[in-house]
Amino acid sequence: MKSKTLFDKIWDSHVVRSIENGPDVLYIDRHYIHEVTSPQAFNGLKERGIPVFRPGKTLATADHNIPTKNQHLPIHDQLSRNQVERLTENCQKYGIELFGLNDPKNGIVHVIGPELGYTLPGMTIVCGDSHTSTHGAFGTIAFGIGTSEVEMVLATQCILQPKPKKMRITLDGELHKGVTSKDIIMHIISEISASGATGYFIEYCGSAIRKLSMEARMTICNMSIEMGARGGLIAPDETTFEYLKKLSSIPGIKDINSSVNEWKKLQSDFDALFDRDLKFDAGLIKPMITYGTNPGMGMAIDDSIPMSDAIGNQASSSFIKSLDYMGFKPGMKLLGLSVDYVFIGSCTNGRIEDFRAFAQIIRGRKKAGNITALIVPGSKKVEDQMVAEGLIELYKNAGFEVRQPGCSSCLAMNEDKIPQGKYAVSTSNRNFEGRQGPGSRTLLASPLTAAAAAITGRITDPREFITEEKKVKK
Amino acid sequence: MPKVKFDILESTCVPLPFENIDTDQIIPARFLSATSRQGFGDNLFRDWRYKKNGEKNNEFVLNNPKFNGKVLVAGKNFGSGSSREHAVWAIFDYGFRAVVSSFFADIFMNNALNNGLLPIVISDDLLKKLHGMIQIDPGTKVKIDLEKQTFTILSAGDSVKFAINPYKKECLLKGLDDIDFLLSMKSQITSYENNKSLVK
Ligand code: SF4
Repeated sequence: MKSKTLFDKIWDSHVVRSIENGPDVLYIDRHYIHEVTSPQAFNGLKERGIPVFRPGKTLATADHNIPTKNQHLPIHDQLSRNQVERLTENCQKYGIELFGLNDPKNGIVHVIGPELGYTLPGMTIVCGDSHTSTHGAFGTIAFGIGTSEVEMVLATQCILQPKPKKMRITLDGELHKGVTSKDIIMHIISEISASGATGYFIEYCGSAIRKLSMEARMTICNMSIEMGARGGLIAPDETTFEYLKKLSSIPGIKDINSSVNEWKKLQSDFDALFDRDLKFDAGLIKPMITYGTNPGMGMAIDDSIPMSDAIGNQASSSFIKSLDYMGFKPGMKLLGLSVDYVFIGSCTNGRIEDFRAFAQIIRGRKKAGNITALIVPGSKKVEDQMVAEGLIELYKNAGFEVRQPGCSSCLAMNEDKIPQGKYAVSTSNRNFEGRQGPGSRTLLASPLTAAAAAITGRITDPREFITEEKKVKK
Repeated sequence: MPKVKFDILESTCVPLPFENIDTDQIIPARFLSATSRQGFGDNLFRDWRYKKNGEKNNEFVLNNPKFNGKVLVAGKNFGSGSSREHAVWAIFDYGFRAVVSSFFADIFMNNALNNGLLPIVISDDLLKKLHGMIQIDPGTKVKIDLEKQTFTILSAGDSVKFAINPYKKECLLKGLDDIDFLLSMKSQITSYENNKSLVK
């Protein structure tokens, strides 16, 4: 038999039918929905007069368009409230399980899927949200879709999809202290550009990937879309199985050990061919920061902004437009630049491990006076765990306020906006113009870099704090 | 999913020669609270079209009466970022029927095809030439023939073939709809489930 990649194996086993010269009809095991990209799909079902085909395979949450304060009160903004109410109505009408506001399982869709045991190895998972790629960390084919496709899945549990090409990214070597999985993925994106993986599905391999926790792997897969890839996945291993075994329950699975035996088969064949193969050395990666208005415009924190577009060979008008928007000049250094906001949260870095990393630097220190910080857990469960570990108390003592879970300032649909012209060091995934509010200027970074900025009020290399910490311990 | 037909389109163009235009620029998140597909055209490129004080930005191409037409000619890597289909709805609602670029983001491409907005990929060189021509003569017309898969700059006579998935082409030419097609496969889907589905 021809050797196959892990991606091929999962994809091929989910093809209901291949259309000649056309897309595949792909069966979907898990469908996540949220309030913003689903209402028009439900309208479509209504117009056709058809039901949801497999309501048990769709799960819903309210996350994008909700406030992060006073969630027990009715939502103040009328349009937001209406959108959340439509979701509630649609879920009731069609028999879909909803983790709405104030549900102890509520949270950002890509945070709750894994923590509730709904995301499992070998599955196909879609959601009307591009960061669905997050779930690939479990060895699943997970990708974002548009609302017309949400309607397809609701109506038939299938989607029409051309099969993407395959790329392998291998990361070997040792990560340095103060360098996180966020820096790994930002480094890769800065090397291959914001569109460098368009048309591909990525498999991440190598010794440095194997050593990462599930949370760290999710951060990597999450940002696959920022280089244009449909998604990214990591073959399941002991780390994956340990994570799943620790969950209080996994819906639909009675005997986890026999499932683990099945999941162990989910590996690329050793001689499987990829359309593109890239290698990176973890030892060369430093803490990263972005300087422009797409995630490909990133650099090591102690570097200078390039003189011209790193991808094209000259200073294109788009490159100059982007730096103008940010208020930067080619050749400038960012270290020491005074910033105004710090945002810790989102489906990229809103998990418990991220808040622990933040605490590592915050502990025993105080927030800088010029900083407004938005600290937003990715889910209610993450929030509960922060309480249990004393992190909220620790943050409070350092002068920070912790909000209630949601997407918040990652896309600024609610009130959590960065004002015009202000700089925000953000652990989210997109630094597009106006992404965090009209005129906002986003600098993407890891939770450690965000913590260093929150303490000093400036862009600061987090390694300064990490080495200090080490000395103290000795 | 609306049923839209597409066959031949002849039109002037609106140029937007920037690279990496993401869907947050096409329609900012704060305008995504609606629950129907209509009306998004008013907020297309909102933060480029209007100044901070709410006044029209006369420098932006959509506010320049010199340029109009049903074809948006963008820069490389158009439609990256968020999967929001609202971006396609906004472009369509504004009156565009095709977008031309040398490179599209995957999800945008699917969303466009699912809504009868034709994404046409041409070479970097031709795209550059077209932008140059539109700047000199805003009356520059292009012709898109879906059946023949040709894209022609009428005044220059440049005519190139563009690629489109044959299945999608047929859907657009005939105004067919994916969901009707999938619904007609119900029994096949059910038998797949009985044999293979991982999540029972
Ligand atoms: S946190 Fe940001 S990127 Fe993630 S789902 Fe929410 S809006 Fe999208």
